[in-house]
Amino acid sequence: MSVSAHPTPQPGTEEYQPVFVGGTLEELSGILTRYPTKQAALLPALWLVQRARGWISDRNMAEVAEVLGLTPAYVKGVVTFYTMYHQHPVGRYFVQVCTTSPCNICGAESVVKALLDATGAKELGATSPDGKWTVIEVECLGACGFATPVLINDDCIESVTPEQVPELVRKYK
Amino acid sequence: MGYPHKPHSKETLVLSKHFGEADARTYKGWVKRGGYEMLAQALTMEPARVIDVVKESGLRGRGGAGFPTGLKWSFMPKEKKKPHYLCVNADESEPGTFKDREIMRWTPHALLEGAAIAAHAIQAEVVYVYIRGEFTEPWAVMEKALAEATAAGVFGAIKLHLHRGAGAYICGEETALMSSIEGKRGNPRIKPPFPAAAGVFGMPTTINNVETLAAVPPILKKGASWYKGLSLASPKSTGTKLFSVCGHVQRPGNYEVTMGFPLKDLLYDLCGGIRPGRTLKACIPGGSSVPILNREETEGCLLDYEGVVEKGSMLGSGGVIVFDDSTDMVYQIMRLARFYAHESCAQCTQCREGTAWTTKILERILAGQGKTADLDLLLDLADNMTGKTICVLSDSCAAPVVSGIKKFRNEFEDYLAGRRKPVMVA
Repeated sequence: MSVSAHPTPQPGTEEYQPVFVGGTLEELSGILTRYPTKQAALLPALWLVQRARGWISDRNMAEVAEVLGLTPAYVKGVVTFYTMYHQHPVGRYFVQVCTTSPCNICGAESVVKALLDATGAKELGATSPDGKWTVIEVECLGACGFATPVLINDDCIESVTPEQVPELVRKYK
Repeated sequence: MGYPHKPHSKETLVLSKHFGEADARTYKGWVKRGGYEMLAQALTMEPARVIDVVKESGLRGRGGAGFPTGLKWSFMPKEKKKPHYLCVNADESEPGTFKDREIMRWTPHALLEGAAIAAHAIQAEVVYVYIRGEFTEPWAVMEKALAEATAAGVFGAIKLHLHRGAGAYICGEETALMSSIEGKRGNPRIKPPFPAAAGVFGMPTTINNVETLAAVPPILKKGASWYKGLSLASPKSTGTKLFSVCGHVQRPGNYEVTMGFPLKDLLYDLCGGIRPGRTLKACIPGGSSVPILNREETEGCLLDYEGVVEKGSMLGSGGVIVFDDSTDMVYQIMRLARFYAHESCAQCTQCREGTAWTTKILERILAGQGKTADLDLLLDLADNMTGKTICVLSDSCAAPVVSGIKKFRNEFEDYLAGRRKPVMVA
């Protein structure tokens, strides 16, 4: 994965806007009632940050820590454990292609190649020059009978073939 | 969205009866199909009586381990001194498995009803349904179903919540799942204490798989003896099971058959056989964590907990991965090892180092840079990875490697001897 391809701001210099204000703070209050500890709301809280900002910056991790009574280091430790939390900005359309064995034997690697070409992202993990697309390979999406499954943001598209990719990409333009 | 296939005459539809019926996803549609009747009935029963019925039915955990469900429930304290919890394991991430996804997409209320009955049986007031982060569509369906059923007041005092994972296979391990709900890294914990003694938030907890819970309402409705009677081979394996078939078959998908059904019939009849012009080479019968079967073993295998063990593998989650004669087994075993290296939580040395080195050695064999001693090295490594760690992720990486080398040794040797064109692994 090409790290230089991400315009990740230097820690501390990124534009910071708090997430937990207004409606989102209320949403978090609702989530907190489901658990006996504040800490348990950490994964849901991180999802709220990612929904609002597209990724989770160090500053926002510190905000989550403060809201839930944790330390920023602890929050970062959790963020880095889970692969779905973005620690740097990604394209507007984030594409996850399964390439684990069952999909691999059904041609997943050529679907990845077609996606890298059609989106202009060129390289796995990199973002296309227009900022629209980031394509990554993932391990098992749990849709092995519908190889190759592709997740574009929250849309799961089943049985994608390399031939279908250009049309698929056009739909998201 | 339509369900991929019409029921096959050899299927036994219990869980998948309403797959493909959009209306079954709604609360009204589910009630019209007799839904939530069993929950209402269970809520009037003594919890111990519900456990007895499930024990009597012979239902065993469908997540992979096959532990008797009623017995697991009976481990919970009878006299309630602390809050009890039920966690639903919907973190389906085992390569080759996609059955829970279909249950949640098509019959979300079957899961919710089963979960509420289980919660009553173990005297839990709170249920967490842990759904893997990638399951965006099942999540949306479940969220809507939960809101509708909660609004209808069917759950009584039981509260059900959805909890979204964030991309970690290991969270399907029950203690890691509990860590994840608590807002921690998904690290498995040493047992004992077992979850029934000290589980999520340190309280008595039961963790059940989606498919297991979805089977509970039909068991209550039709009776334990009916369920027990659904068994074609071993009497220790009862009921129906959803098998997810993927890979080189003509009609991949989920098929529900009675326990003890021949694997051969599943592949050649229900799934329409291997791709045109190809023949079967190998099959992983229970999700990627179980040993690989060769053609002969596959064709003689009966699909129940005992039948698959007899052939040297395990029923696991029922995720059947089919490889035809065009498959490079060395490459596919490398892909599986890479999966486990990627998903290791890295707590235990044997797993963190073992999964990574297994992958590296397989990659070097594929690249034509393997050494003759590499196969012994892989087997030695696998031995050190089996039965020595907190959870079984490490063992799961070793299983396809050991069985792969045993059954397809010639393919490894072809790479080592330079008889096969090297594959540069990205």
